[in-house]
Amino acid sequence: MKRFIGFIKKEFYHIFRDKRSLFILFGMPVAQIMLFGFAITNEINNVDIAILDHSKDTYTQEIINKISASKYFSVQQYIANESSIESVFKKGKVKAVLVFENDFSKKLIKENLAKVQIITDATDPNTAQTISNYTNAILQNYQKELNKNVETPYQIITQTHMNYNPELKSVFMFVPGVMTIILMLVSAMMTSISITREKELGTMEILLVSPLKPIQVIIGKVVPYIFLSVINAIVIVLLSIFIFKMPVQGSLFLLGIESVLFIITSLSLGILISTISATQQTAMMISLMGLMLPTILLSGFIFPIASMPLPLQIISNIIPARWFIIILKGIMLKGVGLLFIWKETLILIGMTLFFIGLSIKKYKIRLE
Amino acid sequence: MGISVKHISKSYKKVNALKGISFEVKPGELFGLIGPDGAGKTTLFRILTTLLFADQGTASVSGYDVVKDYKSIRNSVGYMPGRFSLYQDLTVAENLEFFATIFGTTVKENYDLIKDIYIQIEPFKNRRAGKLSGGMKQKLALSCALIHKPKVLFLDEPTTGVDPVSRKEFWDMLKRLQQTGITILVSTPYMDEAALCDRIALIQDGKILQIDTPQGIVKHYPKKIFNVQADNMYELINLLKDYAHQYSVYPFGEFVHYSDKRADFNTADLQSYLTEKGLKDIAIETTKATIEDTFMELAK
Repeated sequence: MKRFIGFIKKEFYHIFRDKRSLFILFGMPVAQIMLFGFAITNEINNVDIAILDHSKDTYTQEIINKISASKYFSVQQYIANESSIESVFKKGKVKAVLVFENDFSKKLIKENLAKVQIITDATDPNTAQTISNYTNAILQNYQKELNKNVETPYQIITQTHMNYNPELKSVFMFVPGVMTIILMLVSAMMTSISITREKELGTMEILLVSPLKPIQVIIGKVVPYIFLSVINAIVIVLLSIFIFKMPVQGSLFLLGIESVLFIITSLSLGILISTISATQQTAMMISLMGLMLPTILLSGFIFPIASMPLPLQIISNIIPARWFIIILKGIMLKGVGLLFIWKETLILIGMTLFFIGLSIKKYKIRLE
Repeated sequence: MGISVKHISKSYKKVNALKGISFEVKPGELFGLIGPDGAGKTTLFRILTTLLFADQGTASVSGYDVVKDYKSIRNSVGYMPGRFSLYQDLTVAENLEFFATIFGTTVKENYDLIKDIYIQIEPFKNRRAGKLSGGMKQKLALSCALIHKPKVLFLDEPTTGVDPVSRKEFWDMLKRLQQTGITILVSTPYMDEAALCDRIALIQDGKILQIDTPQGIVKHYPKKIFNVQADNMYELINLLKDYAHQYSVYPFGEFVHYSDKRADFNTADLQSYLTEKGLKDIAIETTKATIEDTFMELAK
């Protein structure tokens, strides 16, 4: 036991003396959460639009007021004719142009039908789609207001309720994803690098020719990173609660336990990587290409798994992050207990045992 | 119960690193493996320290088999690899303490053993190991290899890249360590260090050329050897190599070591040959064969 503690002490020396890695270790989670929370978002806010109003009457004015009153749009400019539409788009200032036809009010009253055209800059298709949806919604609302006193014979009213994230904040979606990525990165990459560093610098040779058992070396390598990863997880959860007002509906205790489980899964992957790579560089490449990319792309963090082609859906099953994200979303947003996520938990436990077993089998007690 | 190596062979993908090597090291002996780079010294060390499997043959270290009893060996030997293999970001004291801890001992307990060596680097004990000079690094590595009082000490080229003064100090330490009863197997490419061992094995291309005491080994040189000197060293070597009766010509410091094929070789003949070719200040005198001469001869 004394040997083991001595070993862990040495690991902490390594970690705390490598200022650059330490900075990455603790700077990255904060930077990533901030980036995803503030900058990278699917929501639209204050999108600049232009108005081409051919009729300039009370109704169009009211609609324009409603639109500019919403926090989603700000009316940037009024243009006078169709030919300017192209030029304002080309300048890139506005993302959409609203065109009201001639005699909008007259037509609305006489014919019960008036037309508004929404032209969007679809170089960014997602934003264009969102803009058109939002504009439509505003127009629908206005229409309902106009029809308040009129009995319409048939009506289907949709009542949409956005469960678990009523304001559709994208940060709610990103926090579980970012947390998964960070834990994966810190745990898997850092451990694999720290084990291969011993190989590369030749110190592994001396460790092997010592009474330390391989399992002691490995656990000794892993323990400091469990500690660091837990700190990272706490930082991320605190940031998301206090800065992004993200609720944690479920039990914090369960969240902690599940996070530790995922950390151990990632660490076992890190150990596995270190057994198959001889240099720090290889370990880093394998961690980045083999873990980070699939974690970002195939875990359902950014792209929904259900809309992936079937082969990718199947592959996504072996990505530990996929299951952890389900667990995180369940606990944080839906407030579920273990009863609803036992399957995912079991999968993670199974994966961990598999990786550890494989690493032990592959771990070399000699140099060959 | 020192070290026993029997018919050890080892080959990597393309290279036959060791070709059926056998030798014995007696307990308490300072045994040197002398050979050029690529001779197979490091491979042999790794087999004896249980880091590699031999393809063929058996070996034992203080009575333990290197394959079966590898755990016992790992508990009782000290190993200093050829490359500096300590933690560069740990200080001198931390490195020493770490190795003491993982071997289940303390620096205090075995301080006597390393005192002579460690005292020289103690003034720098708070310096990171990576910032030490070459000689100091080796002293620290030796201290770390010794801290658990090993029965057998393996030193793979401990003085390569170390300045001459530190090299001498290092060997003085080895001699003192030997007094405490530790069996030492040391490898070196430097022939002058060979003379300091009890016995040496000359090794080349995975084969042992000769095993003997340093005094004994030079007797294997079959010819009389001469120091030849002249005003133009380069010309001298070329002329000697062109000389019909030459047996061997090796530059050796300020001299050229020369031996002749003929049993009735007369230095006057050579003198006149060289004068004829225009060399001046020629001096020829008999000398003793060195380990290097013997090695070159055996390696032919």
